Amino acid sequence: MQPPTDTLAAPELDSPAAEATAVENPTVGIDQSAGDFTYDVKYEFDAGNGLSEDVIRYISSVKKEADWILDFRLKAYQTFLAKPMPTHWATKDLENIDFDKIRYYLSQGTKPKRTWDEVPDDIKKTFERLGIPEQERKFLAGVEAQFDSEAAYSNVKDIVAKQGVIFCNSTEALREHPELFKKWFGKVIPTGDNKFSALNSAVFSGGSFIYVPKGVKVAMPLQAYFRINAENFGQFERTLIIADEGAEVTYMEGCTAPKFSTSTLHSAVVELVALKGAKIQYITVQNWANNVFNLVTKRAIAMEDAEVKWIDCNIGSRLTMKYPGVILKGKRARGEVISIALANDGQHQDTGAKMIHAADDTTSVIVAKSISVGQGRSTYRGVVHIPKHLKGCKNNTECDALLINTNSRTDTYPAIVVRGDTHAVQHEASVSKVSEDMIFYMQQRGLTEAQAMSLAVNGFVNDLVRQFPMEYSVGLKRLIDLEMEGSVG
Amino acid sequence: MPSLEIRDLFVALAATPDKPIVKGLNLTIRTGEVHAIMGPNGTGKSTLSKAIAGHPDYVITSGDVILEGKSILAMEPDERARAGLFLAFQYPSEIPGVSIANFLRAAVQARLAEGEELDATAYYKHLYSKMDMLKIDRKFTSRSVNEGFSGGEKKRCEILQMAMLEPTFALMDETDSGLDIDALRIVAEGVEAMRGDKLGVLLITHYQRLLDYIVPDYVHVMYDGRIVKSGDKSLALELEAKGYDWVKQELAAV
Repeated sequence: MQPPTDTLAAPELDSPAAEATAVENPTVGIDQSAGDFTYDVKYEFDAGNGLSEDVIRYISSVKKEADWILDFRLKAYQTFLAKPMPTHWATKDLENIDFDKIRYYLSQGTKPKRTWDEVPDDIKKTFERLGIPEQERKFLAGVEAQFDSEAAYSNVKDIVAKQGVIFCNSTEALREHPELFKKWFGKVIPTGDNKFSALNSAVFSGGSFIYVPKGVKVAMPLQAYFRINAENFGQFERTLIIADEGAEVTYMEGCTAPKFSTSTLHSAVVELVALKGAKIQYITVQNWANNVFNLVTKRAIAMEDAEVKWIDCNIGSRLTMKYPGVILKGKRARGEVISIALANDGQHQDTGAKMIHAADDTTSVIVAKSISVGQGRSTYRGVVHIPKHLKGCKNNTECDALLINTNSRTDTYPAIVVRGDTHAVQHEASVSKVSEDMIFYMQQRGLTEAQAMSLAVNGFVNDLVRQFPMEYSVGLKRLIDLEMEGSVG
Repeated sequence: MPSLEIRDLFVALAATPDKPIVKGLNLTIRTGEVHAIMGPNGTGKSTLSKAIAGHPDYVITSGDVILEGKSILAMEPDERARAGLFLAFQYPSEIPGVSIANFLRAAVQARLAEGEELDATAYYKHLYSKMDMLKIDRKFTSRSVNEGFSGGEKKRCEILQMAMLEPTFALMDETDSGLDIDALRIVAEGVEAMRGDKLGVLLITHYQRLLDYIVPDYVHVMYDGRIVKSGDKSLALELEAKGYDWVKQELAAV
């Protein structure tokens, strides 16, 4: 995605390093239509296929939005149309997205039409092996549009409300609390940041808006999982989290179970605002079906003494492009990105991080690990920018890639621009293979080749997995086991 | 009594199958016995142990290896391991990010029947009793397998794995290489502690000094891919005194 162009976002940067050669995403052996859904058309709740001003007006009217939001959407639509696909640096596979075939809005009235019998056997098996509860399986497989967790969500919402925390969806937030959210909405990631942030700005629905008042420390992690439904499960989530001065909050989204999406294009925008001394931790675990384009823009702004940490795990999808960033706007602000990506056959994980230093004594840390299995491809793309007029900035970047098979692929495109002579920057990158001797050693202790492979992979990401909350780290380990099964022999 | 029989075995590198390294080797080991194979470098000792364990770099071109009455040649390396065969490596691999405790746990789990879950409490109790027996510090097993280990630590890690997995037959490949006297003593004490009628051991060594600590029941001299001389522990001493040239000369005289 393009770097920020808004005034907030400070210095202009070149695009992330262009790819030397664009290679099509390998799709061998993958049925890209697997997981597609059919719908009963109910015009009352359905905007139909394709995108136009009418569709946007329709979405806005269903949501009973204020005029300024409709204007915001319509302007964003023009920006979306005007922006070219970023294929001068990103994969040409983006050209395979057919915008006319996509449904841009589905509200709660519309239910996917699919029965449990129609869910592919391998998916059912995966749910079983991951130990997903019966009720959740149906939801995750798209058999049921609503996961019956409304009660759990309102419970959490009530508890945090006592601390003055606002936790609701984008529609409700912009309608009920414009005084809090309007100020930052679309400011950390301006509409024109990239083609897909513009698309999201035109058609967004669902997502979480959170405001944590001054000095409030939210003890429990807030989870999107509690409140997913047809809309929130959606394609164009919009999330904005504001932690006021000295506030602290952790947000978690996604789960390790494979997510059968209702659309092949998912394009979320997530904006985080950490005001003076605030701390935000944002944890994502996503495991998309093989036919999904997952093109997400995530960025935070950290004011004086604030800390923002993105913990991100991407598994599955056809193409994921995601580079969580932090604009270090205030003195001594700290930004961190911890990222794990796993690309299997027919999948391309194009992930990384952006650290934009815009104040003295700011610190950023990037640790990215990727695993390429079979014909999977992982790409690390990073931007670190420290301008000349600043003093005492630090960055530490580490990106490690693990290749499982001889036809697996990894690329690294770090773009580090440091001006001035009072900064400390460190960059380490490694590419490794699981050696035959290591596998033989483990087999000699009685592990099968597949068990040996998954243990090696789990070891590779172990230091990062430990940073995930328990419920994710256990699931991640199982998931890696499953992903490795087909990779040997 | 269970036995490991090596019958007229020929082994070559998979890349060059027409150039045998082990050339018609015969040896039978029963549980309760400790055999030592000695021989000059490049004579095929390590090749023998790796081929028996099923290393993919080697190919057995003829002959057979029989474990408790069954040929193991068609078995995968992990099946051979679960059937009771253990190889203590001369150069054990590092497994970054995987602790010794977790690695051994996976290995123990792999030996359980499908669907059977490992009892974590019992496992740690078992592990700690073996560590106490081998005088290994509790902190040791939280370290990643062999990562950044000294030569002595690597060998100690091998011995601990052997103690935990309780094999029927252990092949110990140059276990003494790169060890100082203290480390050598620890390894030897470990093997001596496990010695008994449930375990058969094949010690592969270049030098006699390991045999000062582990006294073998049988000593074999390997030369040019086969066993050329067998005897009791006195053979090792004779070798030490006269050197391998003595064997070569004897062979030439025949």
